[in-house]
Amino acid sequence: MSELNKEISAIDEVDAELLEKIADMLGKPVGAFNIRKNGGCAARESTEHIKIDPRTDGHEGIDIHILPGTKGETCHIPVVMTKTDMTDAVYNDFYVGENCDVTIVAGCGIHNGGCGTTEHDGVHTFHIGKNSRVHYIEKHYGEGDGNGKNVMNPQTVVYLDEGAVMHMDTAQIAGIDSTKRYTRFECADRAEAVVTERLLTHGCQTAHSDMDIVLNGADAKGRVTSRSVAKGTSSQVFHPNLVGNSACFGHVQCDSIIMDEAHVESIPALTANNTDAQLIHEAAIGKIAGDQLLKLMTLGLTEEEAEERILKGFLA
Amino acid sequence: MLELKNLSYRVPTEDGGELAILNNISLTIDDRQLVVFTGPNGGGKTTLAKAIMGLIHPTSGQILYNGQDITDLSITERARLGISYGFQQPPRFKGLKVRDLLCIAANDENLPKNVCCNYLTQVGLCANDYLDREVDTSLSGGEVKRIEIATVLARKGSLMIYDEPEAGIDLWSFARLTETFNELHQKHDATMIIISHQERIISLADEIIVIAGGAIRHRGTKDAILPLILADTLGNCALGKECIIK
Repeated sequence: MSELNKEISAIDEVDAELLEKIADMLGKPVGAFNIRKNGGCAARESTEHIKIDPRTDGHEGIDIHILPGTKGETCHIPVVMTKTDMTDAVYNDFYVGENCDVTIVAGCGIHNGGCGTTEHDGVHTFHIGKNSRVHYIEKHYGEGDGNGKNVMNPQTVVYLDEGAVMHMDTAQIAGIDSTKRYTRFECADRAEAVVTERLLTHGCQTAHSDMDIVLNGADAKGRVTSRSVAKGTSSQVFHPNLVGNSACFGHVQCDSIIMDEAHVESIPALTANNTDAQLIHEAAIGKIAGDQLLKLMTLGLTEEEAEERILKGFLA
Repeated sequence: MLELKNLSYRVPTEDGGELAILNNISLTIDDRQLVVFTGPNGGGKTTLAKAIMGLIHPTSGQILYNGQDITDLSITERARLGISYGFQQPPRFKGLKVRDLLCIAANDENLPKNVCCNYLTQVGLCANDYLDREVDTSLSGGEVKRIEIATVLARKGSLMIYDEPEAGIDLWSFARLTETFNELHQKHDATMIIISHQERIISLADEIIVIAGGAIRHRGTKDAILPLILADTLGNCALGKECIIK
């Protein structure tokens, strides 16, 4: 059992389990953190270089200021929701100074034991300063023993200044009945957006992901890798759009494994407004290949184990 | 010991008839032998090897392994009895790394790096370059093939079947691979069936079995069979024209 619920009084065992799943938190995180629980603040700590403050514009949420030159530090801002019939809309703004190299861990976990809908709508806006590098990790997970729906509608908007780089790893692990996500990057000269999206839907869940990667500056780069697995009667729609407004490079790759009676739409789009924009997209949807299953069975796995291992690797 | 008794595999044809891919094959392979299956393309070698692994189910006949009837056992059950198989055209996996496949093969999720490295070295790959690479389309056909062979080595099975291990592999790596097969054979740990057309592999065999037209046409030591094969490559069909045309 996690130490987290012992260290922070507002965190109980259910919260701790969710936090471990979505943010790998086994205890109080090192560095700055803000844990949001059921629409309120369960714990918050700033550090010398990373300041977390409540918003002052009337919206729910926090402002995170990371001082220029901050390197090797992390900031955890996970959200847990354990109440049914509740919607939590939160606006978090990140201001990352120049020449930073930091990791930001977000994510949302819902434990909905009731019959109402529990919904989290997180709007994250990043302003990344010149030549800074940010690794942004978010995982979304839902569970619950009631009939209530778990809904997450995250929006992530990132402004990358000259030479700034963001690696965004986003994963929907399981248990989210409905998600509608929007991601937007605006890249200045030499800025680079690297997005890796992993998504699993099962049962009758639905997922819709829209993404705009706008390459405004010279030598800006955008790379999007999307991998998803759709099981049961679930439905997924992916719509990543690369926009090249300069001499830039962009690549989108969407791969989906479709199973059972699921539905997957993959609609990558390219928009070039400059003759030197190099934009590429690849998209593939298919079931697990029979020869992959056979190979793993010759290595001693059962068919079910082989399938599970292939999906685990695909979404890792 | 591996025993095949009257093994046949027939498939329906478009005109409503039947085509015998394997035709009443009976064969015994003693433990720790290195046996090479060779013969013309389409002769039934791969089908026979797949029947032993359970990748296809014979229409009739019986397969016994160490006295146990395995004809109706699944691929997984056969694998757990110690039978392993290197595919001629191995699949690629998006998301599975070389290390993952070796760990699955060895049935050890924490297979030490040095052990993984050893398997890769045995197939002529530099482990540091490959362990954390995905087994996807970024690897060449020859690289995937060598990784495939490494997974069979990691199984440490008592019966290893390799389907044309030389296919797609460059000459230098092939020399290393031949050495590995020879070392394995010298250790006498496992029975090996290798489907091959390569003289260097055929030269390692205790016994060569020529399969053509879905049947065993010749079997014997390399001294007896190799001249027939060499003659065939130089001129007419010394393996018996009738066997190939049939």
